[in-house]
Amino acid sequence: METFIGKPIKRREDNRFLKGAGKYTDDIKLMGMTHSAFVRSPYAHAKILSVDTSEAEKAEGVVAVYTGSDACGTFGVPCGWQVDFKNGETMREPLHPLLAKDKILHVGEAVAIVIAETLELARDAAELVDVKYEALPAVTCPKKAMEAGAPKVHDQWDDNAAFDWCIGNDRAEVEAALENAHHVTEMTYKNHRLAPNAIEPRSYISDYDVNADKWTLYTSTQNPHLIRLLLCAFVLGIPEHKVRVLSYDVGGGFGSKIYHYTEEALLTWVSKEIGRPVKWTSDRTEAFLTDAHGRDHIVHSKMGFDKDGKIVAHLTDEYCAMGAYLSTFAPAVPTYLHGTLFQGVYTTPLIHLNVIAPFTHTVAVDAYRGAGRPEATYLLERIISKAAKEMNIDPAEIRYKNFIPPFNGTSEPGYQTQVALQYDSGNYEGVLKRGLEMLGYEDFRKEQAEARKNGKLLGVGISTYIEGCGIAPSAVVGSLGARAGLYEVGHVRVQPTGKVSVFTGAHSHGQGHETVFAQFVADKLGIPMDDVDIVHGDTDQVAFGMGTYGSRSLAVGGSAIIKSIEKVLEKGAKIAAHKLEAAEEDLEYAEGKWTVKGTDKSISFGDVSLTAYVPHDYPEGVEPGLDFSSFYDPTNFTYPFGTHIAVVEVCPDTGKVDLQRFVACDDVGNVMNPMIVDGQIHGGVVQGVGQALLEEVIYDGEGQMVTGSYMDYAMPRADDVPNIETDRTTTPCPHNPLGVKGAGEAGAIGSTPAVVNAVVDALSHLGVTDIQMPVTPRRVWKAMQN
Amino acid sequence: MIPAKFDYIKASSVSEAIGLLDKHGDEAKLLSGGHSLIPAMKLRLSRPEVLIDISGISGMNSITEDGDEIVVGANCTHADIVNSDLINSDLNILASTAKHIGDIQVRNRGTIGGSLAHADPAADYPAVVLACDAKIEVEGKGGTRSIPATEFFLGIFTTALTEDEIITAIRFPKVANGNYQKFFQSASRFAVVGVAAVKEGDSVKVGVTGVSGTPYRATAVEEAYSGSSDAADHAVEGIDDLMSDHFADEEYRAHLAKVMVKKALEA
Repeated sequence: METFIGKPIKRREDNRFLKGAGKYTDDIKLMGMTHSAFVRSPYAHAKILSVDTSEAEKAEGVVAVYTGSDACGTFGVPCGWQVDFKNGETMREPLHPLLAKDKILHVGEAVAIVIAETLELARDAAELVDVKYEALPAVTCPKKAMEAGAPKVHDQWDDNAAFDWCIGNDRAEVEAALENAHHVTEMTYKNHRLAPNAIEPRSYISDYDVNADKWTLYTSTQNPHLIRLLLCAFVLGIPEHKVRVLSYDVGGGFGSKIYHYTEEALLTWVSKEIGRPVKWTSDRTEAFLTDAHGRDHIVHSKMGFDKDGKIVAHLTDEYCAMGAYLSTFAPAVPTYLHGTLFQGVYTTPLIHLNVIAPFTHTVAVDAYRGAGRPEATYLLERIISKAAKEMNIDPAEIRYKNFIPPFNGTSEPGYQTQVALQYDSGNYEGVLKRGLEMLGYEDFRKEQAEARKNGKLLGVGISTYIEGCGIAPSAVVGSLGARAGLYEVGHVRVQPTGKVSVFTGAHSHGQGHETVFAQFVADKLGIPMDDVDIVHGDTDQVAFGMGTYGSRSLAVGGSAIIKSIEKVLEKGAKIAAHKLEAAEEDLEYAEGKWTVKGTDKSISFGDVSLTAYVPHDYPEGVEPGLDFSSFYDPTNFTYPFGTHIAVVEVCPDTGKVDLQRFVACDDVGNVMNPMIVDGQIHGGVVQGVGQALLEEVIYDGEGQMVTGSYMDYAMPRADDVPNIETDRTTTPCPHNPLGVKGAGEAGAIGSTPAVVNAVVDALSHLGVTDIQMPVTPRRVWKAMQN
Repeated sequence: MIPAKFDYIKASSVSEAIGLLDKHGDEAKLLSGGHSLIPAMKLRLSRPEVLIDISGISGMNSITEDGDEIVVGANCTHADIVNSDLINSDLNILASTAKHIGDIQVRNRGTIGGSLAHADPAADYPAVVLACDAKIEVEGKGGTRSIPATEFFLGIFTTALTEDEIITAIRFPKVANGNYQKFFQSASRFAVVGVAAVKEGDSVKVGVTGVSGTPYRATAVEEAYSGSSDAADHAVEGIDDLMSDHFADEEYRAHLAKVMVKKALEA
């Protein structure tokens, strides 16, 4: 019988995507639907002196105009994670209004919404809204935001800090160890701000049905149930059962579509006010200005070593921008998703991280592919490579010296870090060994030495990362400030004919769940993949769910489905035993049928399911039907890891970096579909390379975004990256039924420091020890001049 | 990404277009390929009340040989230029330049006349028309005239065209030994620096785009040139308005200009 797990099955969803037949929110047109346009602030920080909507209201086709002075102005979107000050003070949490009323806190903040019969008329009328501002000085740098006299983002607090937090060992103890260290490597740099750039911009339609007193919200979100919960219970006070949230096809998220945005809530409010559906789709400029950004940390770090190159202590201080308001998961990103990974793959005995998270006059910063872990990995992998150079140790060798030894998490215990987490299983030297082998490391070093003699600047960079996925369990994240649980729901409905509908709270916005989930469901039930359908993105069909981010879908969502499959098979066995007139314990289930052990007596899955729905000849005390839902709350995070190695050549005349090779050996636990895992790694690597070489959001001193279009914000293109060479080792996750760890973010986490390490390596003989990302030709050339 | 309202008129002849320009004055813009104008309109940075579409005017999209010269109609797209046998054999520098403009979609729509009239300081063609000593043929209310490339570019988005003038063609001498060297801006793929060099015996003509607000002939390089690329050191001599942005500040841009001039001289 054909099995599917572990095979490179082509993606079912691509049938519609490749034909342009996907169903994205902006594709949906409802009867009587209106369109909207926002009036947005051109200032980063300003008083709103007046808003005159009279001309706009009179304009052709205008249905309504609302401002912060209307009822919607009293609502605000909440933050979903509370991180308090280390001194016990509560996190500072400003109201994030749906429309600004008195004050503007970032460029692009919405002041008014215009509803009209067509999008063109809405845009035209929006220009007629006359807003008078008084511009105020702005601060966009998180470090400057904490300087005395910096412009304040929120007047009600003494300074701009949202919180000041730390994790790890006692600071004094870490400082003392650094004092006594044989060698201390120090780095100061910025992990710069990135725009998420999903190819589909955010899009929402709210449709209020006056007769049913119910809303349907079509939204491009990564987590429809979470949006419904926040919208209903925390923003508008609507009973949750009155709202159906639908997110059909979503064109990428990378984190930016996790959050509950003001536009989503405002449209829901507007739809009831006007009694008609209303649509808004962001354009690319609005996306740059209003989608939550990623990164933006200013880092100062010290790592101490003994004379053999073993790490003795690590101390880091960071300023991490929050933006003007706290986005849904923003406080968790530079703290519990970041500081908890400071152990890396090393046995560092003493670690301390302090994070000051200031408000800035910019759009919010929140999770962006990797969320805190790329920032942790960049720091660890750059500083250990810098230390290797300073101590004249090979960068591979210094890693081998410091690796946590292999452990499987079953017969050997997990690894307890200094920063709260316990790693599940790992073999860090294994991936480095394989990565170096794939590259041909020793031969490369010879080639590099030869090339240098001829004036060619070749470099190699290594990154040995670990990350944390499937963040859990709920009780633990709750104790860390999460205001939501992080379980998942998996519902398996066996139809009378034995066909299977699976309802998952995970959400696919490019990942390929419809294929991968069907693969393991088919195998576990011993039925063809074609008999399995995956349903997601509909709060009326799926009981509940926390959505997809943090590479959690398979590890958490998949496990919930497995729980329901187990229940199906358990009940099916009772029915089969009855039909076969055998004892349950004498049955075995394989290849889609229950067989009485040692006989040829068997009954198929389809016959059992039909019996369950036509229960004429049926076991006593067993309910009809074959339909189970399960909640799965994991016992721990999962910890994928890997080695990424980049080879670059730097043009000595222009400073342009040519990425010549990229080798990735990842360990994501068991693999359901290697083609999809490769695709996830490729995409992640390209995003990580984008950060290293090209992408950067720049705000000027007045808080204007300099890089608000693709003319100025450089995205990686096909010719910016070489063929990505991938391989894997497999260290199963010991605590979930599929043994999977997650692959969605690994590429973006491991790759960035590999590329920058390679550039610095290429220039090291010229005395270059560090270059600020993105390592653009200008920056590289200037580094070469000094 | 929706432009403000505008009227659209499709002109069927140059004289009709000139008449319309004269009638609508400041309120009108000529539309050819639209690959700079339409994005600006969609962002509402440009809001002409009337668009006069000249893309359908017959006779403006031919590439012809006229003795020692090649006449390229203003409405020729970049793709027309890339695919022209005549240009590939007798004016190769122009084809190899057009090949690196934008992407396939842009090359299929954007036109050489539109690009020159727009005068984006980072556009590619200005360096080539300067180095080739091409002539920009224009027609206006007062009749036709031929503007030497060296007198055509006056500043950022500013040319010697008067309000009622339309570029009808670009007249190039045949060029045996020319090349264009471009350092790409990583986001837009426009030129951070673009250098065209046309060599004849011991002399060279060098056009530079992307460096100054006004594309220029690097006359200091030309004077210092005697076969050696050392003359590239003079690439920005006399240029006092070096452009600066986050991709290239003045210092780096000046350096890149020298590097790209050197490459062009050595090619």
